[in-house]
Amino acid sequence: MIAALDRGLRQIGHAVVEGVWKLGAAARFSWLVLIRSGECGRRPQLTLNEIYFTGTLSLIIIIVSGLFVGLVLGLQGYETLKRYGSAEALGTLVALALVRELGPVVSALLFASRAGSAITAKIGIMKATEQLSAMEMMAVDPFARVLSPIFWGGVISMPLLAAIFSALGVFGGYLIGVVIIGVDSGAFWSQMQANVDLREDILNGVIKSGVFGVAVTLIALFEGYDAPPTAEGVSYAVTRTVVTSALVVLALDFVLTSFMFTGV
Amino acid sequence: MKRTTVDLWVGVFVTAGVAALLTLALKVGNATSVSASEGYIVSGQFDNIGGLKPRAPVKSAGVVVGRVVSIAFDDQKFTARVTMRIDKRYAFPKDTSASILTSGLLGEQYVGLDAGGDTTTLKDGDELKLTQSAIVLEKLIGQFLYGKAAEGGTKK
Repeated sequence: MIAALDRGLRQIGHAVVEGVWKLGAAARFSWLVLIRSGECGRRPQLTLNEIYFTGTLSLIIIIVSGLFVGLVLGLQGYETLKRYGSAEALGTLVALALVRELGPVVSALLFASRAGSAITAKIGIMKATEQLSAMEMMAVDPFARVLSPIFWGGVISMPLLAAIFSALGVFGGYLIGVVIIGVDSGAFWSQMQANVDLREDILNGVIKSGVFGVAVTLIALFEGYDAPPTAEGVSYAVTRTVVTSALVVLALDFVLTSFMFTGV
Repeated sequence: MKRTTVDLWVGVFVTAGVAALLTLALKVGNATSVSASEGYIVSGQFDNIGGLKPRAPVKSAGVVVGRVVSIAFDDQKFTARVTMRIDKRYAFPKDTSASILTSGLLGEQYVGLDAGGDTTTLKDGDELKLTQSAIVLEKLIGQFLYGKAAEGGTKK
C-alpha cells in the first residue's frame, strides 16, 4: 500500500520535473534562435529559401481549404440566417468568422501539419546524421545558419498564409451567397464593411496568426532539435510536433480571443 | 532549384499575401469609411442609453458621421454620459439634438443627430443639450397597456 503510494508520487514528481526541464530547454532554445538571427539580416537568401519552403509550397493546401471553408460557411450560414429573415447578414457572418477565428486557426493547423512536420523531420535527420555537429566542427553556427532562417521564414509566412486563407474564404462565401444562391450583392458587401473593423477584427486576426506562426515554428524546430537521433526518435518527434502545435494553437487562440474580443 | 526561381516564387507568394491583406483591409473592413482619429469630440447626457455600445455609429440623415467613443455613468445627475467623435468634415449647429435609435427591429443601436437652426456650430468639447433616450420595450408596452386600460375605462 505504502509502496504503491510511494511509487505513484514518484511517477507524478518525475513527470513534472521532466515537463519543467523540457520547458526550460525549449525556452533556452527559443532564446538562442532569437539572439542568433543576425545572420538572417546579412544573408537574406537563407530566409528567402525558407519562405519558399514553408510558405510558397503551402499555398496550394491553403488556397483550396480557404475556398472550401468559405463555400461551406456560405451554405450553412445562409440556411440558418434565412430562418430569421436576415440572409443579407451572410457577408458579415462569413467575414467575421474567417478573419477572427477560422483564418488564423485553420491555416495554423494546416501550416503545422504541412510545414511544421517537414521542419521537424529536416532538423531531426540533420541531427541524427550529425550534420549539425559537423557544422559546429567547421565553426559554422547551426543556430545562425539553419535554425534562425527557418524560424523567420515561418514567422513571415504564417500571417500571409492566414490572410490568403481569409480572403479566399470570403470569396468562397461570395460565390455561394451571391452568385449561386442570389443574396443581394450590395447588401452582402455593405453589411460586411459596416461590421468588420480594420483594427478590432483584421489587425487582431493578423496578430493572432503571427503569434501562431511563432509558436508552431518554434515547436517544430525544438522537437526536431530535441529528437533522439534514431529513425524512431525522429518519427515520434514529427508526431509530437503536429499534436503539440495543434493543442498550443487552440489554447493560445482561446487566450488571445478572450483578450481581444470581449468588448473591453 | 535555381536561386532566381526561388526568388520568383517567394515574390509571388509574398505579393499574394500582401494583396490578400489589402483586400481584407479595403474590401472587407471599413478602412475607407470615417476614420476615428480625425474629428471633434462632443458629448451628451442621456437618461437611458438602452443597449448602446462604444464604437456604435453616429448617424445623421442615415449617413455615418462619427462613432461613439465612450460611455460613462454620471453619479451626480444619475444619467449616462455618451462621448462621440464626429468627422471633422461635418459641422453641426449648436442646438443639434441627439437621440438613441435602433436600426431595424433587432438591429444595433446608434446615435442619431438632428440638426437644429443655430448659426454657430459645434466645437470640440461641446455638449449636446437636447437628447432623447433609447426606447425601452418594457416601458413602451407598459404605457400601451396603461393607455388601453384608460381607454377601456372611458368607453364604459
